[in-house]
Amino acid sequence: MENNLVLQMKNIKKSFDDNEVLKGISFEVEKGEVVSIIGPSGSGKSTLLRCATLLEKIDDGMIQYEDVVVANTEEGGKPVYLPKKEITHVKSYFGLVFQQFNLFPHFSVLKNVMHAPINVQKRDKAEVEKEARELLEKMGLADKADAYPCQLSGGQQQRVAIARALALNPDILFFDEPTSALDPELTGEVLKIIRQLAEEKMTMVIVTHEMSFARGVSNRVIFMDGGYIIEEGDPEEVFGNPTQERTKQFLKNYQQ
Amino acid sequence: MSLWTMVIKMATGLERTCAIFFLTVLFSLPLGMIVALLRMSKNKVVSGVTRFVISVLRGTPLMLQLLAVTYGPYYLFGLTVSKNKLIPVVIAFSINYAAYFAEIYRGGIESIAKGQYEAAEVLGYSKTQTFIRIILPQVIKRIMPSVTNEVVTLVKDTSMAFTVSYQEMFTIGKEIANSQTSFMPFIVAGVFYFVFNAIVDFAMGKVEKKLNYYQ
Ligand SMILES: Nc1ncnc2c1ncn2[C@@H]1O[C@H](COP(=O)(O)OP(=O)(O)OP(=O)(O)O)[C@@H](O)[C@H]1O
Ligand SMILES: [Mg+2]
Repeated sequence: MENNLVLQMKNIKKSFDDNEVLKGISFEVEKGEVVSIIGPSGSGKSTLLRCATLLEKIDDGMIQYEDVVVANTEEGGKPVYLPKKEITHVKSYFGLVFQQFNLFPHFSVLKNVMHAPINVQKRDKAEVEKEARELLEKMGLADKADAYPCQLSGGQQQRVAIARALALNPDILFFDEPTSALDPELTGEVLKIIRQLAEEKMTMVIVTHEMSFARGVSNRVIFMDGGYIIEEGDPEEVFGNPTQERTKQFLKNYQQ
Repeated sequence: MSLWTMVIKMATGLERTCAIFFLTVLFSLPLGMIVALLRMSKNKVVSGVTRFVISVLRGTPLMLQLLAVTYGPYYLFGLTVSKNKLIPVVIAFSINYAAYFAEIYRGGIESIAKGQYEAAEVLGYSKTQTFIRIILPQVIKRIMPSVTNEVVTLVKDTSMAFTVSYQEMFTIGKEIANSQTSFMPFIVAGVFYFVFNAIVDFAMGKVEKKLNYYQ
């Protein structure tokens, strides 16, 4: 792996019809790094994660996971993505945790975690089950293995979703506002898990509105507004001493 | 004619009633899925034509469709009407019910949240895997009540085969009613359909219960 970089995104542009949402975003994520992305509603944070996780196609720019260039744009041309078969392989590099969990309601908790490793990665069932049970244990959900998602609280569902993503052994995990759909008293249990993963040096990119959490957990903070990265750096710097007017304004609104 | 003789005579047609019913269920359920997928095709021509065909099948009487499938080949191409009318009857019923099932499937498929597809996509499932392992099981559970409705209606609709004089239970009953100038055969027929549907209801209820392992 070159430079220990897990993800590189260069000059990413993305429009929906004539609404340009990402206007040239570049950033990199190193192995073991925790990056938080903050910014006002509509600034393009989710769109950026959706481009990184290949749910949306970029209009311009370059995406590279480790040494695999997934999409690249020649001068003045359209971005060229890897062929489908290789894309499937690339998907094992990353995982995504959604705001709305998106668990499979017809699978038990254990099956939610085991199904993709068995059916997508074609791994051995017994081995996958052992790992899945360990993951659930780690998430504090060992006793919920046979429950169905509808029987769990939001916080528990989100922890299952994290376990499901981790079961594929991704090198990087993306979170899109993982606690925004939760009742306030349930956010803590999910944030605790993410902190624990950070301590284990899991590479993560977290879009969040939980400012104190972002400040505490991340190695680097990115502030986005209007489709651009406005400011980026050490969390103490960005939160404690922002250089850009827009960052100051945004953070001020949050302190109330 | 005694009531008992009447019941026995009509019961001989039950085999044919059941044949229409089970063969139609057997063919229309999968055919409906094909039609639903064509209806949702990204190709505008394919989805447009399918949509039109569905609206014709749902917008015209089943009786007309039965006549068309049974006698159409004779009027159009001079082909002899086959002695065994079970074939055209089952074809007409299957096509008609497939149109209804297609719309039920489509409603079910479209009711599944986008997040389910996206979660599967990020986890690396192929399109086919996503449909078969993730989407379809959820769709089946959701559409069960509507499918039950259609199946119950089908039990009663089998009686329409009388329009092409296919000798199923109702057609026999109607002939007895005519020759004996009696209303009794219709009452017997009503009881037969009611019992048939009670069994269908019970069976479908069992299936629905089985799918109730999650909310
Ligand atoms: N699929 C889409 N089609 C059209 N417009 C879209 C689509 N997805 C996002 N947008 C638009 O892109 C812009 C950025 O949306 P995005 O969801 O990325 O913002 P965000 O930073 O995640 O905001 P929030 O904090 O509210 O989640 C918005 O104006 C939104 O309306
Ligand atoms: Mg968002």
